Amino acid sequence: MSEAMLSVDGLQAWYGAAQILHDVSFNVGRGEVVALMGRNGAGKTTTMKALMGLVSRRGALRFNGVEIAGLRPFEIARLGLGFTPEDRRIFSELTVLENLDIGRQPPRRFADGAAAPVWTPERLFALFPNLGEMPNRPGGRMSGGEQQMLTVARTLMGNPLLVLLDEPSEGVAPLIVEQMANTIIELKKEGLSILLSEQNIHFARLVSDRVYVLEKGEIHWQGTMAELAGNLEVQRAYLTV
Amino acid sequence: MTLSAFLFQAINGLSTASGLFFIAAGLSLIFGVTRIVNIAHGSLYMLGTYIAYSLAMKIGGAVGFWGGIVLTALIVGAIGALIEVVLLRRIYRAPELFQLLATFALVLVINDATLWLWGPEDLLGPRAPGLAGAVEIFGRRLPSYDLFLIVIAPAALIVLHFALAKTRFGRLMRAATQDREMVGALGVNQAVLFTSVFALGAMLAGLGGALQVAREPANLATDLAVIGDAFVVVVVGGMGSISGAYLAAIIIAEVKALCIAIGVVDLGFMSVNFSKFTLVAEFIVMAIVLIARPYGLLGKPQGNVRSVAEPENPIRPATPMLKMLGAVILVLLLALPLMAQTSPYLLVLGTDVLIAVIFATSLHFIMGPGGMHSFGHAAYFGLGAYGAALLMKLAGLPMLAALLAAPLVALIGALLFGWFAVRLSGVYLAMLTLAFAQIVWALVFQWEGFTGGSNGVIGVWPAAPFDKSGAYFLLALACAVAAILLLRRFLFAPFGYAMRAGRDSPLRAEAIGIDVKRIHWLGFAIAGCVCGIAGGLFAFAKGSISPEAISVTRSIDGLVMVLLGGIQTLVGPVVGASVYAVLQDTVMRQTEYWRALLGVIILVLVLAFPQGIAGALSSLTRKLGRKSGGAA
Repeated sequence: MSEAMLSVDGLQAWYGAAQILHDVSFNVGRGEVVALMGRNGAGKTTTMKALMGLVSRRGALRFNGVEIAGLRPFEIARLGLGFTPEDRRIFSELTVLENLDIGRQPPRRFADGAAAPVWTPERLFALFPNLGEMPNRPGGRMSGGEQQMLTVARTLMGNPLLVLLDEPSEGVAPLIVEQMANTIIELKKEGLSILLSEQNIHFARLVSDRVYVLEKGEIHWQGTMAELAGNLEVQRAYLTV
Repeated sequence: MTLSAFLFQAINGLSTASGLFFIAAGLSLIFGVTRIVNIAHGSLYMLGTYIAYSLAMKIGGAVGFWGGIVLTALIVGAIGALIEVVLLRRIYRAPELFQLLATFALVLVINDATLWLWGPEDLLGPRAPGLAGAVEIFGRRLPSYDLFLIVIAPAALIVLHFALAKTRFGRLMRAATQDREMVGALGVNQAVLFTSVFALGAMLAGLGGALQVAREPANLATDLAVIGDAFVVVVVGGMGSISGAYLAAIIIAEVKALCIAIGVVDLGFMSVNFSKFTLVAEFIVMAIVLIARPYGLLGKPQGNVRSVAEPENPIRPATPMLKMLGAVILVLLLALPLMAQTSPYLLVLGTDVLIAVIFATSLHFIMGPGGMHSFGHAAYFGLGAYGAALLMKLAGLPMLAALLAAPLVALIGALLFGWFAVRLSGVYLAMLTLAFAQIVWALVFQWEGFTGGSNGVIGVWPAAPFDKSGAYFLLALACAVAAILLLRRFLFAPFGYAMRAGRDSPLRAEAIGIDVKRIHWLGFAIAGCVCGIAGGLFAFAKGSISPEAISVTRSIDGLVMVLLGGIQTLVGPVVGASVYAVLQDTVMRQTEYWRALLGVIILVLVLAFPQGIAGALSSLTRKLGRKSGGAA
């Protein structure tokens, strides 16, 4: 692995005057699934928003060989960083197909010239058959699980190189959670990198290679998924409620 | 009234609705995506009429007329794009109050620019080539051009509707209307989207104005008249909904047509001329709709799009230093009448300043600690002024009693309007308060028999001993000091804490047992009442009161005073009002183009301090604090 797909060094972030992230450093390799774990309020969502430029932040952020700390959200998205927010933010008055169209971007390549996977509504409907059954349904009239699929599909329409998946298992039915896990494994096979934020170790175990544990805006532990699974002390200290 | 006369008015109303629809649709689209209420939209409409007039006259013939209309729409669209890029782009993250002020400043600048380019006379364009005739309907002659206008609005509605539904640009607009931040995170350049939307909205306004060229003369008063109507249409129809804009334009135009058609009705004891209610009628429609459906007929609640604002610091009681300073200033002011012999004008100016201070302090009371951005504070000023003047003239009250009654009249008005206003927030509240102020203005203007109409009430002079400017100045000073101390007392009482709690977090305040609406209603009433004192003092200081003195510009003056001084401090409005009143008296009177000058001052203020002067200062001190903290 020559250079990490995403490397974050000394990230600080603020909501208004309140500092949420103090010093967060981590990296995600190409084709790797990395989980960012921690309790509510640990700073997982803020980390993702800071990466996208949606909150004020400071630090060295390199994505696919480009420094992104000074860029605006749309410029970051156009470099191939995809974002699926925790609260989904589906355009409720637009249909499934229209939602997908908003996310559409041209095909792109990795830094080494290899082509990134190209997504079309047809391919996405194959990945999420539920969505294929309701192409003209307005986003506001879909179930939570269906919206969760749509938000992932909408991000994939931008042909991203790395996807920020914020709590994809939150508040959806067990069947959908399982489907989400399969989707992540599928995306990894396609060569995408994924940064996943998660509280639920059972879900994270299904898909992640490595883990960073966040608490109060700082990284407190890092290691492989297998190491975390065997380390009950860390789990008790930072994850169990 | 006959049925045919009524139907004829109804058809006439439809052609009026056409112009309203174009400007309201543009306003609504722009608000939906950018969340900016463009007060200058009426100015773009007015520019449309003037430009179309010039093109029709210069080029001449059918090409000059019809081609000129199309060209005008494109030119105004380009002007809109320019405004967005040069001005609005810099203030999307500023508080909405600043955005409203900035676009109001544009109104002033564009109005003076139009005056400079085209002169003060009304300009009537040529008849529409090919549609110069008239058709007979219900025994009356309706110009064929009006029929054309009736058809073109729904045609434009269909085209817009189709474009919104079927094009990528339309989809982006609809998506951005709901969640523009997410659209950006999906790789869409909002800057380009915003500029295009603003240009499209401006183009619609320009087209609407250009289409009027064969119907009504180009007139410099069009901008504010038409923006008032457009506000009402957009609020009634629902922000962001163009179908709603069309529906509302039809309803408003028809209600007005109905008023004209009914005409004079004899009620036995008095005859009422309904055609005089046209101005009031639309605002009554709006008030009813807002109460029943706060987001308009076809509107939906708008998501909260504002970035997390810097939390406001708690207000602090005056320091001993400040109290000392206040006492010194008070002593100096008390000594001012001694100088009356050398410069009598100083006392007149001083009285004006004191009136402005009461006005601004009472507005600040609901704007700052109350968080309610009233764009119609002139209403309570007007109620106080007219209340005092009419009670003295018609009821024969002595001067001091009339002056004491002024705040009571304003209080009654503020209780009534405030009850509606506190049910809304943000720009909706701003527009509703503006609408109420327009109702007061229209009532005063149209109820000639009672208020003297445009002539106003004259001969309202103070009685002895206050007929001397020195004594009157001291009376105004006493009122101002009492008003300031009273309002401060309220703010540091539990009532004031509750009002601020309701501003900062309505839900949490409710959860600890505060009836937020009631508290804000009371706050609104108190501010209106105190403002009435300013109105009463004004009437006696000038010896007269006319509708001009209570127009929308007075409301805006108040906003500028408060912002000039800084909204987050209690001394702010006093300083702001003093500086502004003196500026207005010295600088503004020097030039014919004082409107443009005022506009430029507001723009500089808004662009230099997008967080407000006080906000800029406090964030500066915070930054310095952070730096030194990091070094330690």
